[in-house]
Amino acid sequence: MSDLPLLKVNNLSKFYGSRIGCKDVSFELWPGEVLAIVGESGSGKTTLLNCLSTRLLPSTGSVTYRMRDETYRDLYHMNEAERRFLMRTDWGFVHQNPADGLRMSVSAGANVGERLMAVGDRNYGRIRQTAADWLSRVEIAEDRIDDQPRSFSGGMRQRLQIARNLVTSPRLVFMDEPTGGLDVSVQARLLDLLRGLVNDLGLAAIVVTHDLAVARLLSHRMMVMKDGHVIEQGLTDRVLDDPRERYTQLLVSSILQV
Amino acid sequence: MSELAAYNFAYLDEQTKRMIRRAILKAIAIPGYQVPFASREMPMPYGWGTGGVQVTASIIGPDDVLKVIDQGADDTTNAVSIRAFFQKVAEVAVTTHTGEATIIQTRHRIPEETLKEGQVLVYQVPIPEPLRFLEPRETETRKMHALEEYGLMHVKLYEDIARHGRIATTYAYPVKVHGRYVMDPSPTPKFDNPKMHRSEALQLFGAGREKRIYAVPPHTDVVSLDFEDHPFEIQTFDKPCALCGANHVYLDEIVLDDGGKRMFVCSDTDFCETRRAEGHTGEMLAPSQEAAE
Ligand SMILES: Nc1ncnc2c1ncn2[C@@H]1O[C@H](COP(=O)(O)OP(=O)(O)OP(=O)(O)O)[C@@H](O)[C@H]1O
Ligand SMILES: [Mg+2]
Ligand SMILES: [Zn+2]
Repeated sequence: MSDLPLLKVNNLSKFYGSRIGCKDVSFELWPGEVLAIVGESGSGKTTLLNCLSTRLLPSTGSVTYRMRDETYRDLYHMNEAERRFLMRTDWGFVHQNPADGLRMSVSAGANVGERLMAVGDRNYGRIRQTAADWLSRVEIAEDRIDDQPRSFSGGMRQRLQIARNLVTSPRLVFMDEPTGGLDVSVQARLLDLLRGLVNDLGLAAIVVTHDLAVARLLSHRMMVMKDGHVIEQGLTDRVLDDPRERYTQLLVSSILQV
Repeated sequence: MSELAAYNFAYLDEQTKRMIRRAILKAIAIPGYQVPFASREMPMPYGWGTGGVQVTASIIGPDDVLKVIDQGADDTTNAVSIRAFFQKVAEVAVTTHTGEATIIQTRHRIPEETLKEGQVLVYQVPIPEPLRFLEPRETETRKMHALEEYGLMHVKLYEDIARHGRIATTYAYPVKVHGRYVMDPSPTPKFDNPKMHRSEALQLFGAGREKRIYAVPPHTDVVSLDFEDHPFEIQTFDKPCALCGANHVYLDEIVLDDGGKRMFVCSDTDFCETRRAEGHTGEMLAPSQEAAE
């Protein structure tokens, strides 16, 4: 991990009319760090993730990001072209539902290759080879490269979505319930794969989940949300093994009892 | 005739023509950019070139000489009726000769004879949006054009190569205009794409149903999209035109009898007739030449 934060979040709030989406959230994310955001349904996890990833305009507060050229930029002072470029090069976004993050009617190879083409790669052979390499990295047989994700299982689709995001070597990946829609056995395999990739690539990630097992397996640090507020944050093992807040204790014990 | 006689010169009222001319001027100022316009009802159904007809009606003057082609031919129903329409409503001179025309309205082809300064080529366009194939949302395609995000066009070409081993798109082959906007050249064959590049003529595109006008001003770069290792190529034909013997022109296949006998002839009928008048002959017109030698 480098000695400068990758992302700095300062008093971020989002209101939907008078309803709180998330309120006064501040934290820093370091390169290579995986942060889990946990909390019950409606606690504001997705709202926060979307405000961080510029998919949703926050009501107040700021988010600054350390660009590849080492300058800090306020995400909401960038123009749209810069923001979109950042999103498809230095960032990834993994949706819970793979169909939201994939082009379902183009081949797996083109799904992975799209970002390369978007940043100007004009060599078909090289794009295809890179796509093939990424498919095997996410454990999809290379001979499926010309198949559309329609013909893939849920787990394969999710792995394809991950490959599509990682092909430009992003430094930060946002994930909203990445294992949410999958069978338990498929979830385990995907988590394993994700953990390996995140470690190998030194990725920073912000992972929204309501599954504390996912947080335990993937994240270094976690934030617990309730009613739009971050009520507790700390190293994952510390929060899960020695929760300080009453609500976190309930959350942890209810999971352990299952 | 009498029914239409009550209309203004070239059918459209002057205010509508001014509105369309403003759209055309804007289109010329921003090559390849699709300018929205308030498309009017024309006395013909969509699909019959109402966009092109409105563009032509807005720029045509009494001194113009009009040529109308469809698939390269001047004598198809569509071409004949549009030509007749302008003869009625504008009483302009018409021609089938490319060289004589000041305005050429076309549906599928660019004439083989190189267009000159002062000529205007008006395309009838059914679907103006090149990104529509992969991105149906209009708000999103507009943003992609604005931000010059054209990676998706190459996704389409990638899919072509993955599926067919080569870029199989032969019509409406996407181009980049003036190094900026990606444009759909309408249903012309890609054979004609190189003719658009730095043409001396003004090229105007009208899409009636989709209410869009775009343009390529004279001497503008028009580059067909491709990959380094799969460069853009035009269609080639292994035989010359069976009637006029021309090489390097776009040929149509014509079935001659029930037995499957066929021949390939120029799709540009004016070009073919002119060559024959100049004494060129293809194998169909000179069948016994070799035997006689
Ligand atoms: N578009 C919206 N308009 C109005 N209120 C919204 C909107 N989106 C979310 N909210 C509200 O904001 C609060 C936080 O919702 P959010 O979707 O961020 O929760 P979450 O933690 O992601 O929940 P889940 O686990 O169910 O996905 C909730 O009260 C929700 O009803
Ligand atoms: Mg959510
Ligand atoms: Zn010919």
